[in-house]
Amino acid sequence: MTIENWSCPMPLRDHPLIVMGHGGGGQLSAELIEHLFVPAFGDGELAELADAAVLDPGGRISFSTDTFVVRPRFFPGGNIGELAVNGTVNDVAMRGAVPRYLSVGLILEEGLPLAELGVIVESMAAAAAHAGVTIVTGDTKVVDRGHGDGIYVNTTGIGTLRDGADIRPQRAEPGDVIIVSGNVGDHGMAIMSVREGLEFETSIVSDTAALNHMINDVLDTGTDVHVLRDPTRGGLAASLNEIAGAADVGVLIDEQAIPVDRTVAAACEILGMDPMYVANEGKVVAFVPAAGADRVLEAMRSHPEGVNATIIGAVTSTHRGMVAARTPLGSTRVVDMQVGEQLPRIC
Amino acid sequence: MKYLDEFRDPDLALRLIDDISRIATKRHVLMEVCGGQTHSIIRNGIDRLLPDEIEMVHGPGCPVCVTPLETIDKALAIASRDGVIFCSFGDMLRVPGSGRDLFSVKSAGGDVRIVYSPLDAVQVARDNPDRQVVFFGIGFETTAPANAMAVYQAKQEGLTNFSMLVSHVLVPPAMRAILDSPTNRVEAFLAAGHVCSVMGYEEYDPIAEQYGTPIVVTGFEPLDLLQGIKAAVLQLEEGRAEVENAYQRAVNRVGNVPAQDMVNDVFTTIDRNWRGIGMIPRSGWALADEYRSFDAAERFTVTDIDTVESPLCHAGEVLRGTLKPDECPAFGKECTPRTPLGATMVSAEGACAAYYLYGRFQELEATP
Repeated sequence: MTIENWSCPMPLRDHPLIVMGHGGGGQLSAELIEHLFVPAFGDGELAELADAAVLDPGGRISFSTDTFVVRPRFFPGGNIGELAVNGTVNDVAMRGAVPRYLSVGLILEEGLPLAELGVIVESMAAAAAHAGVTIVTGDTKVVDRGHGDGIYVNTTGIGTLRDGADIRPQRAEPGDVIIVSGNVGDHGMAIMSVREGLEFETSIVSDTAALNHMINDVLDTGTDVHVLRDPTRGGLAASLNEIAGAADVGVLIDEQAIPVDRTVAAACEILGMDPMYVANEGKVVAFVPAAGADRVLEAMRSHPEGVNATIIGAVTSTHRGMVAARTPLGSTRVVDMQVGEQLPRIC
Repeated sequence: MKYLDEFRDPDLALRLIDDISRIATKRHVLMEVCGGQTHSIIRNGIDRLLPDEIEMVHGPGCPVCVTPLETIDKALAIASRDGVIFCSFGDMLRVPGSGRDLFSVKSAGGDVRIVYSPLDAVQVARDNPDRQVVFFGIGFETTAPANAMAVYQAKQEGLTNFSMLVSHVLVPPAMRAILDSPTNRVEAFLAAGHVCSVMGYEEYDPIAEQYGTPIVVTGFEPLDLLQGIKAAVLQLEEGRAEVENAYQRAVNRVGNVPAQDMVNDVFTTIDRNWRGIGMIPRSGWALADEYRSFDAAERFTVTDIDTVESPLCHAGEVLRGTLKPDECPAFGKECTPRTPLGATMVSAEGACAAYYLYGRFQELEATP
């Protein structure tokens, strides 16, 4: 979808840029809701325009929230809107739940082109439809120009837990096999390639995707999946460290087994970064009993998001709380968490 | 990855390690000059795979580590000023000055930007004619040509709002300083391949000859490093002390002459203070007289700098190769990447950071 393709409805055209009044609760706010949000997000609970949505998810729920402040807001492979939908859908799904409802909170900066907002909102609607979730409530605020990066998005999601699902980091246990659902580092390097001051030409695109359908199929295999985690900020290394710490187990991975796209690997080499620490937005790390590994792999690979799924390591009872990697040369080293974000280095 | 995977081949690497084990009949201490080489050695566990006879000590070739504290404090002061856009390579931002770093200046309202090339900083200057744009020009011979080009371009264009805070350092004088030290243990050097791709390696001949020390131009991938180590050990065993090129795919004897011309035009050689090591004669580059008006140190008067180095930090000994990072009493305790006492714990190329990041503060239990 491109900005050019979005033709904004008549009443919105009077203001090609977001003005303070769009968040003021008056006519401009109402027009935004009536002509942009309701048409995009459907005519369910949201269209009632009540103070809150009334839902009946039934049974135990999984509940998660995330706020997105990505810059730039359009990047190769996606934009902040679909990222915000997919990110929360994935967080909800990581507990073994079927994501059902989302809320959307927008903080807009005065001066944001309305056409851009339109494209972002439409792509959120498309991402929600693809994931099978309904956007049921929302909020919009406008901040003075210079007080935001154009747009910040918060999404909160509710999912209904599958029967018997007990998926959490503490359940990792020695003998578990560790699977990653595809190439790591795509999203972070896609963002890096368009970040101001660092632009480089590349074909790398973000992996932003909703994983709930794939995870549903993984759980349908009947495997007693112990842990699912989406390795976003901090990358694969942070997720593995968090799980090793939470379950007090050791994690041993084979560095050569970690799937990395060749272009991403090359870009990381040039910038002095390690793909293991780079963010993903459409990947899952699964800890499963060895007996179920093949079935889980097969289920993942049947989805476009999981075609490169592969086993990268196992859980051990040694070096508890730590992640170790077998290097290609056969020695073993510790994989620690980064302190802050990775910085491109000097030479 | 083409041109990289070939130089990470495990079978060939193990064969080279076998060769080195066979050649080495006695103990040898080798220093890899460059921090990039240190990281590759530690990350790939090469030091653990080498025979006991070979000890690798880590050299001073981490540009952010040796940038004087006073210069960093000056950078922090300039970056804090209104109307200044301060541009830097990324790994300089976390390096501690006296009590703070560029990240904390940024969070306190300073306009600090990470750029990947000094030429990007020149562009920032073009785009912001009403602001003063300062680039932190540090590094060894490797980064000097691009930094020189940035100043050259700014002068050609008559950009009056661009300047550079220069703290360039040079490899050969540092090698001499290490060899001159009474506590020196280094018997052979792995010279930094990328420095030599700019400078060539003729300038190492007098050092090898005068000190009887083998110098092997070496790359950064596992096979490059092992090839360099093998060549150095072979020289030591045979009693030779020559300059040898084990990085022929990137380096030739004379180096990159146009790049050297650019550097010689813009910079002049001066005595330079190295953080943790001290003054080394004729070991740095500063802007030549014709380019002095682009010197940020002159454009911005910075007074009342009171440099305070942590008394617990032993970075100097680490940089001279007389102390291993994990032998420092503060390593992994008072000093971690999160609370660095010295620059060697921060930079991607710092030896202390390499040891910490790859877990040398905790012994891995044997894994099956």
